[in-house]
Amino acid sequence: METAQDTIQQNEAKAETSKTLFKGTGSQVLLNGLIEEGVTTIFGYPGGAIMPIYDALYDYADKLEHILVRHEQGGIHAAQGFARASGEVGVVFATSGPGATNLVTGLADAQIDSTPLVCITGQVFAHLLGTDAFQETDVINITTPVTKWNYQVTDAKEIQEVLAKAFYIAKSGRPGPVLIDITKNAQLQLEEFPEYVKCNHIRSYRPKPKVRVEYIEQAAELINSAKKPFILFGQGVILGKAEEEFKAFIDKTGIPAAWTIMGEGAIPTSHPLNVGMLGMHGNYGPNVLTNEADVIIAIGMRFDDRVTGRLDKYAKQAKVVHLDIDPAEIDKNVKAEVGVWGDCKETLPLLTNLVNENKHEDWLAKFRDYNQQEIDQVITPELYPTGDEMTMGEVLRNINEICGGDAVIVTDVGQHQMVACRYAKFNNTRSNITSGGLGTMGFGLPAAIGAKYGVPDKTVIAIIGDGGFQMTPQELGTIMQFGAAVKILILNNRFLGMVRQWQQLFHDKRYSFVNITSPDFVALAKSYYIEASKVDERANLRQALETMINHEGSYLLEVMVGRENNVFPMVPQGMSVSEIRLK
Amino acid sequence: MSTENTIEHKIDKADLEGKQEYTITVYAENRIGLLNRIAIIFSKRKINIESLNTSPSEIDGIHRFNIVIHESYEVVRKLARQIEKQIEVLKVYFNTNDEIIWQELALYKVSTDEIAEKVTVERLLRQYGASAVVIRKDYTVFAVTGHREETDALVKALEPYELIEFVRSARVAIIKDSAGFHEKLKEFEAFEPGEELVENEFLDKGQKIFTM
Ligand SMILES: Cc1ncc(C[n+]2csc(CCOP(=O)(O)OP(=O)(O)O)c2C)c(N)n1
Repeated sequence: METAQDTIQQNEAKAETSKTLFKGTGSQVLLNGLIEEGVTTIFGYPGGAIMPIYDALYDYADKLEHILVRHEQGGIHAAQGFARASGEVGVVFATSGPGATNLVTGLADAQIDSTPLVCITGQVFAHLLGTDAFQETDVINITTPVTKWNYQVTDAKEIQEVLAKAFYIAKSGRPGPVLIDITKNAQLQLEEFPEYVKCNHIRSYRPKPKVRVEYIEQAAELINSAKKPFILFGQGVILGKAEEEFKAFIDKTGIPAAWTIMGEGAIPTSHPLNVGMLGMHGNYGPNVLTNEADVIIAIGMRFDDRVTGRLDKYAKQAKVVHLDIDPAEIDKNVKAEVGVWGDCKETLPLLTNLVNENKHEDWLAKFRDYNQQEIDQVITPELYPTGDEMTMGEVLRNINEICGGDAVIVTDVGQHQMVACRYAKFNNTRSNITSGGLGTMGFGLPAAIGAKYGVPDKTVIAIIGDGGFQMTPQELGTIMQFGAAVKILILNNRFLGMVRQWQQLFHDKRYSFVNITSPDFVALAKSYYIEASKVDERANLRQALETMINHEGSYLLEVMVGRENNVFPMVPQGMSVSEIRLK
Repeated sequence: MSTENTIEHKIDKADLEGKQEYTITVYAENRIGLLNRIAIIFSKRKINIESLNTSPSEIDGIHRFNIVIHESYEVVRKLARQIEKQIEVLKVYFNTNDEIIWQELALYKVSTDEIAEKVTVERLLRQYGASAVVIRKDYTVFAVTGHREETDALVKALEPYELIEFVRSARVAIIKDSAGFHEKLKEFEAFEPGEELVENEFLDKGQKIFTM
C-alpha cells in the first residue's frame, strides 16, 4: 500500500529502497516536479536567493515557459488570472526578502477567493536562517495567515514530496494558495532522487467530506416542500467543475438562481432561471426577494457581508440549505437548517435525483416584475444614456454586442467592476475574473495577462479604472516583452470613482482625496509599443471598441466616461438587502 | 460518538449561548509552524487563550494540544472548525469542564527557614496535598496538582509566609467519553490513495442521476 505521502520521514526511508532515476540538484528536481505536475507556464522574477532555480530553468526553456513580470505582485496576480481562467494551478517564482513580501497581497487575494496557486520563493542559506542575513525575511510566518499551507525546505531531499503535497493541497478540497520557501543550499544540493510520485493522500487532511445521504434527503424534503425556493450560487460551483450538475439541478427544480460576484458565469447569463446578481450592487429582485424566499439553497457560496448586508435582518423567514465543501463555512455567518458538506459535483446530482420537477411560475414572475422596474429605472438609462456623457454601462453593452458573450472579462476594483459584473454577458464558465473577497486594486492588468496565458484562444478584456490602472501599470512591460494579446480598457472618470460615490452618498459630498490625475495613457502604452487610442465622444465609441477587440495584438483603449455617475442599485452598508435603493 | 462534542455534533440548548470554560483538544501532526497557524485562528478573532499545552500524544508523531478558552458554544464550535481545517490537524474536540478530567500543576518556592520555624506551614502543605520537590538550605519547592481553586487556595495560604516564586502549568485534560481518538485515527489511515470517498446508494444508479 502506498502511504508514503504521509510524512517526510517516511518518504525519506522509502527513497533509499526505490530505484534512483535522477541525479541532479534540488533546483533541477524542482523543475522536473513541476513538469510532472503538468505545469507549462510560470510567472516570476529572479533574485539572489532563487538564482540556482533560475540557472536550472535556463535548460528547461523548451518545457517551461517563464514569464518575466515587472513586479512580484504582478506575477502572483497573473498566476491567479491563469488559474481562474484555465482551472489549473498557477505557479509563481520569487526571490527571498522583498521578492517574497511582494507576493503577500496576491496570496491574501487568492486565499479569500480560493484560487489554487503554488508559489516558490528562494530563501537564504539554511545556516544563515535567523541571522538577519541579506534579504532574509521570515516568509513562512509572514505568509501563514494568507496561505492554505506553507513549508520551508532546507534539504533538497524534501523537495519532491513537498512539491507533490503542495499541488495536492492547492487544488483539492477548497482550493487555495500554497507557498514553498526553499533555502539556497537546498537548491544547489546535489542528490540522487527517486521517481516523482504525485500526492493524493495526506493522513491529516480530508479535502472531501464524506457525503452523508441523510442530509441530502433532508435537503430534498425541504426543497420539495418550498413555495418560494431561491438558489444562491457562488464560485464553489465553478471550482467544483460542477456547472453541468448545477444546470441539471435548476432545470429540474425550476428554482430561480442568483449569483455572487464570484459565481458569475457558472451558468450562461441568458439562462431563463438566472435571475441576476446578489449583494451590495446586485440586482433589485434577488436582493428584495431574499427576504421573501421560504427556502434558500446556498451552493458553494459563503454569505460574505457584501452579499448579506445586515445579518440580523437577512432572510430570517427562510430555511437555509447550505451546500459547501468547507465545513467551516456552514453556519459561519448564516445558520443552516440543513448543511450538506461535500463537493457539489457529487452532492448536486444526488440532490437532483431526489427533488421534484417543478416550474415555480408565479414565484419567478415576481423576479421578472422587479427586473422590469430595474430595467426601467436603472438599466435602460445606464445602457442607453441620453445625456452627453458616456456611461460605463453603454461601454459594456457595446462589448456584449461585439463579443456576443464569449470574451473573458477581467476587472479591477471599483465602479467599473460592479458595472462590468452587472452588465457583461457570459456564455461560458470561467469567463468573469475579478478580485471578489479582497477587492484588490491593481489586480486587473496582471490578472488579464495571466488569463490570456490560461486561455490563449479567447479574447481577454481587462476593464480597469483610471485609479486601479495606476497601481500596476508596470505590467505593460510584460505585455510588451512577451506579447500577451490582452485588450486593456480604461474607464476614466478622473476620480477614484467608487470612493467618490460613497463620499457623495454618505459623507455629504466631501470629496476627500478622490480626485486623481492620470498620465497620457495612450502615450504610456505607445511607449511600451502597445497600440492605443482614446475616445471621448459617443460617436466614436463603437468603432474604437471594435478596433480594440479585432486588433491582433494587445491594445489599450481609454474611454472618458461621466465623472460623477453612480452604480445603482445599492444596498448601503449596514442595511438589509431588502432596503436596496434604486437611486 | 453520540455524546462527543466534535464539530460534527449539533446540539441546541438554550444555555449554549452563554460563555463558559471550554477545553479544546487538537490532534495534529508534529510540524514546525503549526502552533502559529492555530494561534492565528484565535488572535484573528480577538479571542484570548486562557491556557495552552502541547505535548506528544500516545500515538507516535501526533501531538496533542489542550487549549482553554472562555467563550460561548457557538464561538467555540466555529473555532474548532477553523482549526480542523488546517492541513496537519487530524481532529478537534471541544468540551465543557464536566466532560473532561483535568489537572494543572503548580510549583511553590518558599523559604526553608520560614517552614522550619512555623509548623503551621507544614500543616498547611499537608492539608493541600502538596509534596516537596526540592529541599535546600535557602528554599523549598512544593508541588500541587489539581483544579485551579485547589492550587489557588495554597497560594492564598502561603502568602503570609514569603512565597518567593510561584508557577502554574497549562491545563492537561482527558475527555471522559470512552470512544477516544484512536478510533478516528483508524478512519483517517483507512483512506488509501485514490480511494473514492463517496460511498452511497445513489451513485450506483449512474445514468438515472445524471439526467443531462
Ligand atoms: C489596493 C486597494 N487600495 C484601495 C482600495 C479602496 N478602493 C476601492 S474602489 C476604489 C476606487 C477605484 O477607483 P478607480 O480605479 O478609478 O475605479 P472606479 O471606481 O472609478 O471605476 C478604491 C480606492 C482598494 N480596493 N484596493
